[in-house]
Amino acid sequence: MLAISDLRVEVDGKQILNGLDLEVCPGEIHAIMGPNGSGKSTLANVIAGRDGYDVKGGSIFYMGNNLLDLLPEERARQGIFLAFQYPVEIPGVANIYLLKEAINAIRSSKEEKELDAIDFLSLVRDKLKLLDMKEEFLYRSVNQGFSGGEKKRNEIFQMAMLEPTLAILDETDSGLDIDALKVVSDGVNALRAADRSIILVTHYQRLLNYIVPDYVHVLANGQVIRSGDHSLAAELEESGYSWIGGGGEGKSLGASVG
Amino acid sequence: MVDSSEQIAEEVGKYLSQHQEVASTLPAAGISWVDAHREAASKRFEQLGFPTTRDEQWKYTNVRSIARHAFDLSLNPVDVNPSVINKLTIPNLDAHRLVFTDGIFSPLLSQISDLPKGVTIISLAALLRSDPSRLENKFGEVVGEPINGFNAMNSAFILDGAFIEIESGVKLEKPIELLYVSASTNEQALALPRNIVVLRKQSSATLCERYISVTHSQSLTSSVSEVYIEDNGILHIDRVNEENDKSFNIGALFANVGRNARLKSNSITLGGRLVRNDIVVRLSEDGAETQLDGLYVVNDRQHVDNNTQVLHDHPRTTSREHYKGILSGKARAVFRGHISVKPEAQGADAVQKNNNLLLSPEAEVDTMPQLEIYADDVKCAHGATVGQLEEEAIFYMRSRGIGYAETRQLLTHAFAAEILENLGQSSIKDYIENRINHMMGLS
Repeated sequence: MLAISDLRVEVDGKQILNGLDLEVCPGEIHAIMGPNGSGKSTLANVIAGRDGYDVKGGSIFYMGNNLLDLLPEERARQGIFLAFQYPVEIPGVANIYLLKEAINAIRSSKEEKELDAIDFLSLVRDKLKLLDMKEEFLYRSVNQGFSGGEKKRNEIFQMAMLEPTLAILDETDSGLDIDALKVVSDGVNALRAADRSIILVTHYQRLLNYIVPDYVHVLANGQVIRSGDHSLAAELEESGYSWIGGGGEGKSLGASVG
Repeated sequence: MVDSSEQIAEEVGKYLSQHQEVASTLPAAGISWVDAHREAASKRFEQLGFPTTRDEQWKYTNVRSIARHAFDLSLNPVDVNPSVINKLTIPNLDAHRLVFTDGIFSPLLSQISDLPKGVTIISLAALLRSDPSRLENKFGEVVGEPINGFNAMNSAFILDGAFIEIESGVKLEKPIELLYVSASTNEQALALPRNIVVLRKQSSATLCERYISVTHSQSLTSSVSEVYIEDNGILHIDRVNEENDKSFNIGALFANVGRNARLKSNSITLGGRLVRNDIVVRLSEDGAETQLDGLYVVNDRQHVDNNTQVLHDHPRTTSREHYKGILSGKARAVFRGHISVKPEAQGADAVQKNNNLLLSPEAEVDTMPQLEIYADDVKCAHGATVGQLEEEAIFYMRSRGIGYAETRQLLTHAFAAEILENLGQSSIKDYIENRINHMMGLS
């Protein structure tokens, strides 16, 4: 489904990804771990199509197409979803409005009919339940005045609504207390499907106790330096990132800004 | 400064000589206090001339092109077909409607019926002719000395406009719409609307003042509105400018707000070549309140200048001011927010905000908060921003599948929404929203 090969990316003239390879098949969950500055978030943002990431070499193919040719909205319409590390506040745009616009943009790109108000609302109510969210939340401006936990929950709620084929969760666990982490993880687990792949970008092993990945990759200096199954995460929990050397950090260090 | 005074004489002269010609035919001419008022204003106009950019209050708004042009006061306005007006009215706005063509009241186009007891809505000219005593001491009581040549010019003629009076305790449910239509095709139409609004104790009313063009001709409107709100009165004024892109509109609102009374004003500027809105609110008794909001959505070479003054003269007076602007093309906006708190106005509470969104690199904003505070126990906050749509928000929405152009439009609309929420009538809000969407290419 997703094939990344020899990806080289610069940000502000600085090389961040340095020949990265990654293959994700349908239904798989891949965890991307690594110390701060290893390129985890860069990878997430390049897949979603954010500006300011200068692809210098390599390729990303998604469902057989060259992803790098597509605009961010085209990627979203083809099923790619990025749960933001820092969800953006948008005053004046209600949550429900954003969702409706997004769903209908995606539907109309597939030449499907727009959802009518009744179908839309029943879908919304369903998914709200999944994330244990109140209906009033729909009418608030996107992320405005939300707590850190509410913002992350909202990302997963949007994911549930948009039903992506490939979801990239960028540090969705950062800033969550244990209860919120559980709600968010349950939400993600409920969205596991044979035709849906998920990439979890995280600094900490904690999230992977709740969302169990099929594969774990360790990123350092812009490359995947080790891949393994879930047990690799446990190993990292033991040893931290110090064994990587150069830019690595212990597991106990503070919030990740990678 | 010999040149300057000669220039003033030349620019003002044509209006003064017209004033001499028509003075005896103006409404209520011959009544001594009316004559005296017009005469004094005419002299004042002669002294002041039109403002120049040397005047601090007009530093960023150049009115040379107005001063040099020979506008001509139309005493006999052109006929406008009612069907033309009907097409331009705000859908679903059920209002008492007064229509003025080039500043002159048109009974044919207006609809004032079923007025509740205690409500007077009449053309100013008609009242000056029929019952001038009702207007004695009403001119200039709030204005005081005209603050600039445009006000003085208006006062020199006092030709027509609306007179509205709501008696004590009367709550007028239906809004009053004042529709000013620039209709002449002679490229020199001059309109000088003069409105007087009096709200007696515990009364309330909603006013929608709208300026439109039915031709592509140039015109100048210089209006003065004087508003008196007595104790516990509540007045809401929505002012909407949608004139064509050759029109000049200089408007001044002077308001005196009484004890625990409230003035809410919303100035929306969409049209016009050059629009200047002066608002002076005097919070003249304990507990008086005002909320001044504004939105300007301008493009091409439009110029809009909102110049507000809030005078906290008494204790526990409150003002809230929020102006927002969306500028495209080579548009230019000026905002000046002057708040003054007198030494005796303890407990005064003022908040002022001006936020601007620049959608083009060639658009320009000058924003100037001015605070003059002489009391100790006051709350006063102000803030101004000039920025672009946030890249982060644009990417966020695009990453959800919404296209780039649509994202920009949605975010722009969201920026304006905060001000539109406060409009007096939902029909006006819907109308303005549609207009803005249309301007932004959204609908």
